Amino acid sequence: MTDAPAMIAVEELDKTFTLHVQGGARIPVLSDLSFTVSAGECVALTGPSGAGKSTLLRLIYGNYKAQGGRILVRHDGAMVDIASASPRTMLAVRARTLGYVSQFLRVVPRVPSIEIVAEPLIRLGTAREAARDRAASVLQRLNVPERLWTIAPATFSGGEQQRINIASALVSERPILLLDEPTASLDAANRAVVISLIRDATARGAAIVGIFHDRDVRAAVADREFAVPEVRRAA
Amino acid sequence: MRTPEAARVDPSPATETDPPLLTADGVTRWYGHRLGCRDVAFMLWPGEVLGIVGESGSGKTTLLDCLSGRLSPTAGHVVYRGEDGDAVDIFALPESRRRLLQRTEWGIVRQNPRDGLRMGVSAGANIGERLMAAGWRHYGDIRGSADEWLQRVEIDGDRIDDRPVTFSGGMQQRLQIARNLVTRPRLVFMDEPTGGLDVSVQARLLDLLRGLVAEFGLAAVIVTHDLAVVRLLAHRLMVMQGGAVVESGLTDQVLDDPQHPYTQLLVSSVLQA
Repeated sequence: MTDAPAMIAVEELDKTFTLHVQGGARIPVLSDLSFTVSAGECVALTGPSGAGKSTLLRLIYGNYKAQGGRILVRHDGAMVDIASASPRTMLAVRARTLGYVSQFLRVVPRVPSIEIVAEPLIRLGTAREAARDRAASVLQRLNVPERLWTIAPATFSGGEQQRINIASALVSERPILLLDEPTASLDAANRAVVISLIRDATARGAAIVGIFHDRDVRAAVADREFAVPEVRRAA
Repeated sequence: MRTPEAARVDPSPATETDPPLLTADGVTRWYGHRLGCRDVAFMLWPGEVLGIVGESGSGKTTLLDCLSGRLSPTAGHVVYRGEDGDAVDIFALPESRRRLLQRTEWGIVRQNPRDGLRMGVSAGANIGERLMAAGWRHYGDIRGSADEWLQRVEIDGDRIDDRPVTFSGGMQQRLQIARNLVTRPRLVFMDEPTGGLDVSVQARLLDLLRGLVAEFGLAAVIVTHDLAVVRLLAHRLMVMQGGAVVESGLTDQVLDDPQHPYTQLLVSSVLQA
């Protein structure tokens, strides 16, 4: 495992929110944080709520902006620094390298779930038919009933939306996956499916960083844990 | 603690080095002593959608008019790389060439469809006119293409001979989009495309635009004050205040972790539905 190349190398990362609309209050969340994740490895982030676990995932995805340090990810064979990458590079990194499952699905009005899941493949140049077939097989594996495939997920239950989210993040087999509570709204059977999907992903060499509150899920998927250190808040 | 990879950070991966479609450099527009927009610079690549947000009077529409060749900037350049591969400063072109670009390789969707449509002629003629400007001559082909585009924008084919004055606001806006996209432009400028429409009509239009942008690999510049519109359509975002760009970046990053005080105010002022 130690011979596997580093897929993510976070170096001396700082994240502070400055709330200008609230008198410029500063909220430090991460300070001088470093860790690496290798290919084929699943790392579980741990720590009390508010420690900055979700913030760290969002920083790696480029959804939040770092105040200092570097976030290197292996993209097309070279390391790209997410903290300083141009938006154009970030779009390419997200299309081909970084998959992210958030806790909530941002619903696009009127787009059927199978199209949502097939879209990442189509954007990478897969033919529409082949992309839909692949999307269908992932939805099937996640036990999303076929009658829901042609419906926009706006009216779906939390668990159904979460499975659409997981399906669209996993369908294109990206080399790095960031998972924020992927099993939070799922029943035991579907939790087991997601566990097996995560294991398949690491077996094909994907590097995974996740937040798994469920202890059994964490034990089943994580190769190791990384405790996100709590930053002392200035009064 | 640096990793061995630290020395090999690649700032611009080889696949991202193709030339931009549109380059704005120092674009500034004064109206006498009043500032329209100041020193705006960005590059747009094929297939990218750039959103421009800001309150009324922030200079968004002035900037869009400069970018689309309808208003000369007081200073700065707008360079467009045409279908022929040549990069041209659009304000160095003769007026006739600029107009040809606007009618063929570009589309311009106005907030008020009455400004972008010819209200006195039929829906079919509104679409056909763009094709004729692009050199189409065969009546049957033109009518066939107009009919196909009406369907694409979800307007019933039997309305082809009706004038747009008989259409609802949402239908007029969809017709304006069909008129602009029928010549398969490479770059589309949109000024508040969903402004003035009911929320349900907006959702339908947004979904339609999103599909067309993805299907044709369109590049687009969309000016709006509606953050939900840019979240859905735009890959990248520029935030304008007082004529200047105060923040720019990936759309979701700017909206979810705004850095500038004005952007934070803008994002926090949105009512949650």
